[in-house]
Amino acid sequence: MLGLQKKDASLLLLVFALTMLAPFILNPFPEGSGWAQFNAGYPDLMQRFVIFGIFAIGFNILFGLTGYLSFGHAAFLGVGSYSAVWMFKLLSMNVIPAIALAVITSGLFALLIGFISLRRSGIYFSILTLAFAQMSFALAYSVLTPITGGETGLQLALDDPRILDSVSAAAGGNIPVPSLFGIEMRDSSEWSVGSWVFTFNNGYYFAAFIMLCSFYLSIRIFRSPFGLMLRAVKSNQQRLNYTGLNTRPYTLAAFVISGMYAGLAGGLMAAMDPLAGAERMFWTASGEVVLMTILGGVGTLIGPVLGAGMIKYMENILSKINSDILHTWFAFLPDGLEDFIVTIIYPFIGKGWHLTLGLLFMMVVIFLPGGLVEGGQKIAKLFKRGKKDDDGAKAADATTPAE
Amino acid sequence: MGILDVKNVNKRFGGLQALGDVNLNVAENSVHAIIGPNGAGKSTLLNCLVGKLIPDTGSVMFDGQSVLGRKPFEINQMGISRVFQTPEIFGDLSVLENMMIPCFAKRDGAFELNAISSVGSQTDIVERAEQMLEEMNMADKRHMHAAALSRGDKRRLEIGMCLSQEPRLLLLDEPTAGMARADTNNTIDLLKQIKEERDITIAIIEHDMHVVFSLAERITVLAQGTPLVEDTPENIKGHPKVREAYLGESA
Repeated sequence: MLGLQKKDASLLLLVFALTMLAPFILNPFPEGSGWAQFNAGYPDLMQRFVIFGIFAIGFNILFGLTGYLSFGHAAFLGVGSYSAVWMFKLLSMNVIPAIALAVITSGLFALLIGFISLRRSGIYFSILTLAFAQMSFALAYSVLTPITGGETGLQLALDDPRILDSVSAAAGGNIPVPSLFGIEMRDSSEWSVGSWVFTFNNGYYFAAFIMLCSFYLSIRIFRSPFGLMLRAVKSNQQRLNYTGLNTRPYTLAAFVISGMYAGLAGGLMAAMDPLAGAERMFWTASGEVVLMTILGGVGTLIGPVLGAGMIKYMENILSKINSDILHTWFAFLPDGLEDFIVTIIYPFIGKGWHLTLGLLFMMVVIFLPGGLVEGGQKIAKLFKRGKKDDDGAKAADATTPAE
Repeated sequence: MGILDVKNVNKRFGGLQALGDVNLNVAENSVHAIIGPNGAGKSTLLNCLVGKLIPDTGSVMFDGQSVLGRKPFEINQMGISRVFQTPEIFGDLSVLENMMIPCFAKRDGAFELNAISSVGSQTDIVERAEQMLEEMNMADKRHMHAAALSRGDKRRLEIGMCLSQEPRLLLLDEPTAGMARADTNNTIDLLKQIKEERDITIAIIEHDMHVVFSLAERITVLAQGTPLVEDTPENIKGHPKVREAYLGESA
């Protein structure tokens, strides 16, 4: 199917099904129940799942295949966001030109940074990319204020030119919103079944469609001769040089492609919510995508998407739990014990969610160096061993390795 | 006029004269061995031939073209393949993938952005790689991780990868260093077989005299960065200067 091997095609189908049904899958608990706060099926978070999924998929093309660890990928995300917002301001509120420009400018930016940074490898490469990203952040925050909006960020204004849009679009006195040929990104339709409420957001489905395309492209790259060369770069660069292959353009192409993925993610962020700030380029944002990729499984196809989902889920759900909620959960216990347990759990939730993330990350790196994907594979193996006649429906789970 | 012509090559590292006025001429389709005691400059010379080092003075001509100032990948594309002292292969890839990479380099040149079609759809490359593995007697190992191969098989794979590019000159840097006797003999047989079946020039740097005298047609003896003598194996064996260089004056 689509020029893919059977295993890859079923993985793509699985991701397709998961993203299309996400509003159901992520909302398993009925409204008003105690568990409802674990529901992740609201538009803002679902959009983040797929957008950061794209970011991590692209990062994995560089880091997973070539082994070059970029510590400045958030710069491309930021450049993509700024480009998209400028397109909204100048040209049109249609998301297509905005995203196209985001991909192009971040690609050019990646070409420049990659050309310089790829003169070195290993830790020096990481430091160079980090330096570039921090320079970009500092510039966006200060001297480039006319272009980036500085501290306040880049926002839309009522009197922006928007030369392609008809004047009446802003006639109501409201700033128009990003749309795809009239379909507004922020619009949702809701469907109530019993006490469940499922939200179907236009922006989410648009971003999910782009994520599926990006995922498909990344599978093709992984399986291509180009992907093979990138894995060879990671394995033994010396042998590659002495086999008549010039490693520099290969690594540069991988860097630019992953920069364009990051720009695409940045453009989509702006398409969902048309503003861009310098903090998107800050080094912690670059570190986050490294964490996502490692947590999910470096060099695997699906791993980065899982990692991105995991981190965004924890960031948004775990951080909303506070001590009051804990007390209601453990109210059935005797008072002293209840307080004791709440005190123990408290550092791991709310603002302390980073602690949980850190512990999880440590566990994964120590016990599952292949990330969540490796964990999935181990579970699948256990199932296979346990049930001999299990013909592997579970094994084809989201765990296909990149070989 | 040989296929490889080294003239008056000098290379200094600080105060050390690693190579002093080295002249070397390797005839086409011959097996030429370069021997010498430790520190004689054998590896430095080899590195000057493949673009890893640039000599201070002198010229290195391959088939009438200078290799000086060219990068290793360019020199490889000119037709020189190198086998390393410790086998350099792509340990994370399968044996078949290892073999496909030089085939791609041969077909597509130093860089080709072929990011959409799948590797499996490149039937000419797959066939060529399979055939090469067949010739190396490694077809049954094609889905193994290259890192899991034995030392001897790694060497075999590396030589096969070099041969799949149909190089005109094959450079071997102590190909049997650290090998068990059986593996060494296998490697000698393999190289003999390659010599018989192909039009290829082989230049070999070696410590092991057994290997050198089983294979070489010409031998250059290097000592302290300078060639002492160049002759046939029979004449080298009894040459007083060679004994002196290897065993010291008193012998």
